[in-house]
Amino acid sequence: MTKPKLASVWLEACAGCHMSFLDIDERIVDLLKEVDLTSTPITDIKEIPEVDLGVIEGALGNDEEVEIAEEMRKRCKILIAWGDCAVFGGINCMRNFMKKEDVLREAYTDTVSTVNPEGTIPGEDIPHLLDQAIPVDRKVKVDVYVPGCPPDADTILYVFQEILQGRIPKVPVDMMRYD
Amino acid sequence: MANKNTRTIEVNPVTRIEGHGKITVRLNEDGSVENARFHVTQFRGFEIFSKGRDFREMPVITPRICGICPVSHHLASAKACDEIMGVTLTPTAAKLRELMHMGQIIQSHALSFFHLSSPDILFGFDSDPAIRNIAGVAQKYPELALLGIGMRKYGQEIIKTLGTKKIHPWHSIPGGVNRSITEDERTSMLEGIPNLKTKLKETIELVKKYLDEHEDQAKTFATFDTSYMGLVKNGNLELYDGEIRLKGPRGRVTDQFSSDEYYKYIGEHVESWSYLKFPFYRNLGFPHGSYRVGPLGRVNACNDFSTPDASAELKKFRSRTDDGMVHYTLYYHYARLLEILYAFERTEELLNDSDITGSELRVTSRDIIAEGIGVIEAPRGTLIHHYKVNEKGAIEKVNLIVATGHNNYAMNKGVEMVAKENIHGEDVDEGVLNSMEHVIRCYDPCLSCSTHAVGKMPLSVNIVDKEGNSIRNIEKH
Repeated sequence: MTKPKLASVWLEACAGCHMSFLDIDERIVDLLKEVDLTSTPITDIKEIPEVDLGVIEGALGNDEEVEIAEEMRKRCKILIAWGDCAVFGGINCMRNFMKKEDVLREAYTDTVSTVNPEGTIPGEDIPHLLDQAIPVDRKVKVDVYVPGCPPDADTILYVFQEILQGRIPKVPVDMMRYD
Repeated sequence: MANKNTRTIEVNPVTRIEGHGKITVRLNEDGSVENARFHVTQFRGFEIFSKGRDFREMPVITPRICGICPVSHHLASAKACDEIMGVTLTPTAAKLRELMHMGQIIQSHALSFFHLSSPDILFGFDSDPAIRNIAGVAQKYPELALLGIGMRKYGQEIIKTLGTKKIHPWHSIPGGVNRSITEDERTSMLEGIPNLKTKLKETIELVKKYLDEHEDQAKTFATFDTSYMGLVKNGNLELYDGEIRLKGPRGRVTDQFSSDEYYKYIGEHVESWSYLKFPFYRNLGFPHGSYRVGPLGRVNACNDFSTPDASAELKKFRSRTDDGMVHYTLYYHYARLLEILYAFERTEELLNDSDITGSELRVTSRDIIAEGIGVIEAPRGTLIHHYKVNEKGAIEKVNLIVATGHNNYAMNKGVEMVAKENIHGEDVDEGVLNSMEHVIRCYDPCLSCSTHAVGKMPLSVNIVDKEGNSIRNIEKH
């Protein structure tokens, strides 16, 4: 029997959910007996293949991130949203109260240590910001929500184990948190 | 993103790095490399959306910049807040903060070396991408993988003990910390150290053996002479609180200044093709005033380590060159392990200090000073938080210079060197692309941080011809 395949990405986020996943520590060795890691930030496969499990950490904040989320949705059977950013938009949404042009201008021309006499604003060969940072399910359907900043390692592992046993889990109340 | 009618090579995303980036290689007509650029592709805007918040919230908001070393932001932010309150910490609070910082140095450096970089060293840069990861290491070298996992876990447990969570902990508050440790906690933290320290020393020998066996590669791989920056205290390498020192490529101290005056000495250059700015030493201008930070930067900038085993190992490290300055980029890994050794020794010192279980945790104050600057050495290099507040304590201005930013110029130059040497025409081996990525991995960039302002990093390598036409594009998200 072939092992179920997993792919994950981190989008507009801090990588903390992936780090929390690594906090399952030595239990990762057993998990890897049951699942194949394909395209993830900690492996070198660059294209998302057809997978059983797709994981998204992070909100959607620029055009490339929306494309990636859509691609992940197309290629996976079950899509998991990891962490407050993917589930709600998270801390990134603090910029939604301002115009993106103002946010960029201040960051790149107007801080005490910036030396930028020409007023260069990055934008060449790199993705463009959306007007607002948004949660993943504003663009694609999400099957399993795992909130938390980040979700605890035990919670992340619980969700995987449930899915591997053929159940679509809901995070139980005693594991649910929004910090 | 590849355009079939045009000519470029793109690696997107760069993987096994902590963030989001891509590499673009631009080719001349004859197929030689004109330039190569490392782009940081994300922007988040922390500097701006923090405005109007009470400054006391900053130690909780800013760690969300980065889940890999959230403690760095937590501490730099708390230090800036201490200044706004105009207070000096109690010895217990200062030592508990440094203890958490050591936990973080251990966990983050272990992650960088064991989880992310060791696959290249153990399997080779051009090995099968399918096994070139921590899962592959776990299968073929289970003992080493478990050591890495165990070492990271040790650091994470210190953080959790103090701050109740491993990632985004809450422990430091303006003026101090919110919790001490018990005798039991102290004992159990101390118990973990000797075994890990022994194993770490074995790993250092392993890395030295690798560097010896691959001497030519180790000494030339993306190597060039630069200046180095790091905090020092009494000339010794310092991670929590010290003066900023800049040392030139020949080992002369170029400058040393109080971290509160950083902006007089450090400027940041902006390029249109990256969300990550390029810091430089103002007196020399950009790009001449560029320098490197992080483990290699600190180890080169300091006179010595204050702890015995790390100090002894530093002598061996420096004996590898005539003047003791080590410019070899692959030696970042060696320097990183050397710093883990220091972090273990410093953790022992702190835990054996009677202040560490003290109960004087916090100093209060009613003052609000208009400006506060907090600087620490994050695992990846010097991290600067600079806040201005109004008379009520609401944030008016935030400036963040993150560790990875300081290395931006060096990463770009290193990638370009590897590209120029190995790419001739559009047929490029996957191993070459991975080598370019490894340049980035040496610096262990935390692109989440870099783009605080910004925040993510898929890496792509894009090869472009003279007219800007894309020839080849290799991507990963």
